[in-house]
Amino acid sequence: MKQQAFELAHEEEWVAFAAILGQLGQLGHGRRFGTTVSAEDFPSRYRRVCHHLALARERRYTAGLIGRLNEMALRGHHALYGARPGLQRKWGRFLLSGFPRLVRANWRSVLLASALFYLPFFGLPLAIQKNPEVAYLIQDPQSLAHMEEMYRSGNEKFGRKDAADTDVYMFGFYIWNNVRITFQVFASGLLLGLGSIFFLLANGVQGGAVAGHLTRMGLGGNFWSFVITHGAPEMAALVLSGAAGLKLGFALLSPGRKSRLQSLKDAARNGIAIVYGAALMDVLAAFIEAFWSGSALVPAAVKFSVGGSLWALMLAYFLLAGRRYV
Amino acid sequence: MIDSIRAIETPEGVLLELRLAGPMVRALAWAIDMAIRFAFYMGLGMLLPLLGRAGIGLWLILMFLMEWFYPVIFEVLAQGQTAGKMALGIRVLCDDGTPVGWYQSTVRNFLKFVDFLPVLYGAGLLSMLVQKDFKRLGDLAAGTLVVYTERLAPRQLRAIPDPEQEPVEAVILPRLPLTLEEQQSLVAFAARRRELTMERAEELVDLLEPLTGLRGPKAVLRIRQLASIYAGER
Repeated sequence: MKQQAFELAHEEEWVAFAAILGQLGQLGHGRRFGTTVSAEDFPSRYRRVCHHLALARERRYTAGLIGRLNEMALRGHHALYGARPGLQRKWGRFLLSGFPRLVRANWRSVLLASALFYLPFFGLPLAIQKNPEVAYLIQDPQSLAHMEEMYRSGNEKFGRKDAADTDVYMFGFYIWNNVRITFQVFASGLLLGLGSIFFLLANGVQGGAVAGHLTRMGLGGNFWSFVITHGAPEMAALVLSGAAGLKLGFALLSPGRKSRLQSLKDAARNGIAIVYGAALMDVLAAFIEAFWSGSALVPAAVKFSVGGSLWALMLAYFLLAGRRYV
Repeated sequence: MIDSIRAIETPEGVLLELRLAGPMVRALAWAIDMAIRFAFYMGLGMLLPLLGRAGIGLWLILMFLMEWFYPVIFEVLAQGQTAGKMALGIRVLCDDGTPVGWYQSTVRNFLKFVDFLPVLYGAGLLSMLVQKDFKRLGDLAAGTLVVYTERLAPRQLRAIPDPEQEPVEAVILPRLPLTLEEQQSLVAFAARRRELTMERAEELVDLLEPLTGLRGPKAVLRIRQLASIYAGER
């Protein structure tokens, strides 16, 4: 069959198929088709286009025609096989059980990341009580003095560089800054894990130096009561995305029986889910930090008890949630 | 063979061909997206501070969302195309040719941070150049491809027929019958004729002087007539 005859015989069918594709395209993802587009015969139409494509290739028709049929079949393929289940249900299930399960399943990376961050963060303050110069090895004197300023008793708000900063501004700033760091800690794990290790250690060491210095200067009450509440989700978010980044590194270094590429893909699939959870925790932390932690009106004892229960709640969530199949 | 076409096999047993997009076109698409984002930041940056410090806080949140989720949301909801990719006719697909979902798009866009290292997508460019599918590191981890889109409208085989230039006289077929492949290359030439300059077309056709016995514009015309016969137009 000559190309011209072939095109004439099927042109009408192709135009109709392209029109259905156009309608489906406007519907976007998520929604099922068949609801507003009447396309019960879509699969058979699609199969016919596939057939025409195969014929056109076999008979070596022009590149233009083959390209057009190829594109039509490709978009049909998308419409038919690309449907994704609804998002809301997935999110609910993820938060109720999937996320804590995933964290438990990757407990080795989580433990390593925790050690990299929490050891310097809590270890350095102890060291600095004995040996105050350590703080000056890590932070320069000006910024330490600045920190003292931020947590001085008598401040209306703790932890703000500028007293005029409002809570909403700080909320925006914390989201912009902290979630970005969380994403970077994960992404830099692609550098054989080194980036994640660096970010975890750096954050732990710098935070630890500040904490130790302030505690030694007698501002420990102000500082720790500021940090304790939002620290639970914020530090955990950093550690978890660090763990996800470490997984990327492990996947490249020791892929086991998979190819390196396949192992990286699998690690990324689990890792990004952890990072999603971590980002949500960051948003929660930013909210607490902006509207609750900074306030000097709330007595330290209240902050410690609220903060302590948040830590307990979070640990319980990661250790217990999703143990039974929901 | 050096070729930027990848084929995927569908359950229907046909091969779908994907034309991979290279670093240059992707960099341009990125530049367009960057310009859009920049305009967005600037616009909001001028309006929101009117609300005071709280407005700046809001600006930071929107900037954060734009920075990390602009490409993700576009790619998932607009068939793998950000505004820049749409303008240049490329889009993101999974390795198996299906559209990208939230997961793949997030992985490839969040890992862009590493592709950006050490400066201006150095790592990403290196990665695209050393393996065959033009994938940056984020694409490798997510299992995605960036490919050209094709139009669905039919491509005209012939230029608008010009009766004066194309006399209706009978065209003599070459004495030596052409093989199917040779016929195909003539038809392909005719289809591509309008994308070539006249000089280039003549240069190509002059190679066929033994076949047509003609040179220059006349030879081009003859080849097109032959092509239309082989394509079944007359």
